[in-house]
Amino acid sequence: MNEFSSLIQFSIAIPIVAAFLTLFVKNWGRPAVQIIGVTGFAIPTILALLLWLWYDPSEPGGYAFVSNFDTGLGIIGASLHLGLNGLSLPLFVMAAVVGLAAGLFAAQSQAENLHRYLFCLLIMQSGLLGVFASIDVFYFYFFHELALIPTFIMIGVWGGRERNYAALKVTIYLTLGAMLSLIGLIVLYSKSGADSFDLITLKDTLAAQPLSESVQRYAFGLLLFGFGILVSLWPFHTWAPLGYGAAPSSAAMLHAGVLKKFGLYGLVQIAAPLLPQGVSLWENWIIWLALGNVLVIGFIAMAQRDLKQLIGYSSVMHMGYAFLGIAAMSALGAGGVVIMMVAHGLTVALLFQLTTVIHHRAGTFEMDEIGGLAKKAPVLAAFFVCAMMASIGLPGPGLANFWGELSIFLAVYEFKNWLIFAVVAGIVISAIYGLRAIAKVFFGDETEAFQEAQKEITVKDITWAERTPALILIVVLVFIGLFPKTITSSLNDALKSEPVYSQTAALDIER
Amino acid sequence: MSTETLQQIAETNSWGSIYPELILGVLALALLALEVILPKFAHGLIPRIAIVGQLVVLGYILFIDPVGCCSGEFFGGMLSLGPMGQAFRVFFLIASIFVSYLGMVSLANKTLPRIEFFHITLVITASLMLLAQANHFVMLFVALETATVGFYVLVSYYRNSALSLEAGLKYLIMGALSSSILLFGIVLLYGAASNPALAGSSADSLNFANLKAFLEANPTDEMALIGMLLVISGVAFKIGAFPFQIWIPDVYQGAPIPTTAFLAIASKAAGFAMLINLVNVFGPLSDWLVPLLTGIAILTILFGNFGALTQRNVKRLIGLSGVSHAGFLLIGVVASLTVDLALTAILFYLFAYLLASMAVFGVMVHMPKEDETELTLDDFADLSKKNGFLGMVLAIGIGSLAGIPPLAGFIGKLLIFVAALEAELYSLLVVAIIGVVVSIYYYFGWLKYAFFEIWKFLDEEEEAKDEPIPGSTLGFFGKLTLLVAIIGTALLGFYQSPLGSWLAGS
Repeated sequence: MNEFSSLIQFSIAIPIVAAFLTLFVKNWGRPAVQIIGVTGFAIPTILALLLWLWYDPSEPGGYAFVSNFDTGLGIIGASLHLGLNGLSLPLFVMAAVVGLAAGLFAAQSQAENLHRYLFCLLIMQSGLLGVFASIDVFYFYFFHELALIPTFIMIGVWGGRERNYAALKVTIYLTLGAMLSLIGLIVLYSKSGADSFDLITLKDTLAAQPLSESVQRYAFGLLLFGFGILVSLWPFHTWAPLGYGAAPSSAAMLHAGVLKKFGLYGLVQIAAPLLPQGVSLWENWIIWLALGNVLVIGFIAMAQRDLKQLIGYSSVMHMGYAFLGIAAMSALGAGGVVIMMVAHGLTVALLFQLTTVIHHRAGTFEMDEIGGLAKKAPVLAAFFVCAMMASIGLPGPGLANFWGELSIFLAVYEFKNWLIFAVVAGIVISAIYGLRAIAKVFFGDETEAFQEAQKEITVKDITWAERTPALILIVVLVFIGLFPKTITSSLNDALKSEPVYSQTAALDIER
Repeated sequence: MSTETLQQIAETNSWGSIYPELILGVLALALLALEVILPKFAHGLIPRIAIVGQLVVLGYILFIDPVGCCSGEFFGGMLSLGPMGQAFRVFFLIASIFVSYLGMVSLANKTLPRIEFFHITLVITASLMLLAQANHFVMLFVALETATVGFYVLVSYYRNSALSLEAGLKYLIMGALSSSILLFGIVLLYGAASNPALAGSSADSLNFANLKAFLEANPTDEMALIGMLLVISGVAFKIGAFPFQIWIPDVYQGAPIPTTAFLAIASKAAGFAMLINLVNVFGPLSDWLVPLLTGIAILTILFGNFGALTQRNVKRLIGLSGVSHAGFLLIGVVASLTVDLALTAILFYLFAYLLASMAVFGVMVHMPKEDETELTLDDFADLSKKNGFLGMVLAIGIGSLAGIPPLAGFIGKLLIFVAALEAELYSLLVVAIIGVVVSIYYYFGWLKYAFFEIWKFLDEEEEAKDEPIPGSTLGFFGKLTLLVAIIGTALLGFYQSPLGSWLAGS
């Protein structure tokens, strides 16, 4: 317990309070709803930044800001145990920042029943912050589901085309994934003999007495495929492009940006440290399925004509790198995965937001029907180019993505040399589709279809209301890109104290 | 029964221990008397008196006598009072208060006798409360039959509806068949355990403790095994477990909504109250009992969920989804043979199911539909637009039935899963996961109608304007009842202490 640990509780509770407030003030007009909603996102972001500043992992298990509260599930050893360590802190901050951007973008949107829309989004935000702040494995899962349900509702109610089908498919896929991972977590609880869902207790128990090989095999299998479905591991990815295509932009930003990282975070923070043998038993599976993500999905992404689908597929593709980083089982790989999750979360949220901004101007997502948008909207073009470059990971040290991908590549190279060819091919593929999307949408001559559309819509540059959330995301992206040490130093300490990762060289980015 | 036993009953009777049941019985009779005494215009008061009376009993149990005045065995071992029986008492009382409320709403504009409905509801509740505490097969059978006979009447209560009568007949035939199967099983057990040639036999062999002692001494006695099988079959009818679930869709559809709710909530829970006790008694036969119950649970989950997939009639849908809930609870029952946690899990699951069902049935009864047997998913179209409150109640109720966090139903499923894993019931867990994923499809489909805009022809929209608005019959107490259900459901998802610690003590 320390004086600031209540800040975590506040950052989880405030969005919920704000969510209910938006329902109460709905009769006071749209501005009231907007102000309450944005406040509900802004305060947790400020708190998260403060926590980042004051972070000091001096408490047991390498955690900071620890608090514990028994809600009545003591009979199965679960309690609301909150805290942050070096792995979860960057993700916690990222969740808060992406949430703020999504909230700002939602507040200025034209959504019907804005109060209900913000209600769903705020509940989701609360769940997301809870996921990364939970030390208790059960609550880690619980908060994920809390964030997941509003996604289904938002796709079904405010979604675009095919929303009914998309909502149903996403629900069934993600429920299956969630059930498998829940059973996997219960196996950890029940087989470890710790009689506790607490991650620190589980780690201590299993360090003293690791599980037998067969238990590790099926426990890790359950977690791998459960989390894998949630992270759109190939070939269980089909819900993702469809769902993101149909989801309203703020929901897509939060889900693709933050919620999807739940599965990867679960593998890095829980599954791999607790079941090291399980990882090596399933190593080949992870590698081949992840290559499916990188290469197969990469080629599918190249064939997309719809910009939103393209972003959806590219986000699925990048998950492949993360799985490869996990398979490497080194501090470099795991650290790279965490940095990449942060960077990818910011980037993909930015891309989904800008895609919607483009849609407001061109009236379509079809890339072949737009063109020359850069002349009409130069600032939007600059933002989009920046976001796409970040997503490819190319322009090097300026943006956060580079550090994540670089350390994953190094880890993969140390792990299995030949994999580097596949990974580099992936970079080339994403460069091709990314640059082509930029070229088709922003450069060249205006297509006839776009000129038709302009008769109905007057194309303006990106407005300040749309610019603010994008700027927030870009600033954080560049900040981490320029000063990676701000997250890697605490990340390093956390990984070094983890026996499974510390056997290998630690990541150390100095700049 | 020998005179000796009767004498023993007379010596150990303790009326104080069954005050709640006695009060309910007296109240039931008082209702009939009031109908004669009170003038016609005051008859509307009688259902309210019934509800207030039950609330008083509930308050008595919860606040004055929360642990049961005096645990132990009474009436010559006929009844065994304990914390678990107390939990079931509370459960049945809440269910019956809710059913009385539904009856008030449902019977309000019908030309049917009204007071009898509340009378029979009270009698059934009292007998179910006794059933949960039965410690002797004679007590068990008498209590069960009292309740079942009451249900025969309630199912066919809408005597001017052909479907209600048909449902009543089906329930009567199936119910009588299952009662006779149960009785035959009891007789076989009696025959086996009273054989003085065998070790462990006793004169009062239908007492649960005596029977258990006998079964421990003779775990392979064929007659006892067949008896066990038949008794379990009779109970399977009550809970709607495979292969005795066939009556459920038809009876649920034809019965009046309050009766359907009563069957779905109280009758099912009563079956589990019996089963928990019986599984304990049959514990020595676990070599046969565990495979039997495991098989029943697997088939029940699969039948319930796949059967519900294509249903459009909501009463049939609720019936079949209830079958699958029985399957999940059976997992807990199998686990209870080896894991202590399982009992808490079953009780928590039942309470979560009670609250969620209250929400769903509470919405159903307020739907403006002439013929409630034909209430289909289409009638729920755009419910959230027409009446946002009912839409929210339905969403929380169905979400909890589907086991979606952070609602109570999820915690119930979680506890069952943990218990099953501790008991190493892996095959059941695999089936349970399939069941949960399939169930999402139909629960979600229902919500889709209520929340997501369904495309309509323009002229249909014109017609729709003249239709009555759902929830116009919803008064202050209706809102209060539904609020209790959804707040309870949501609260138990976040904060389980109050119910959890109370149940864990039982």
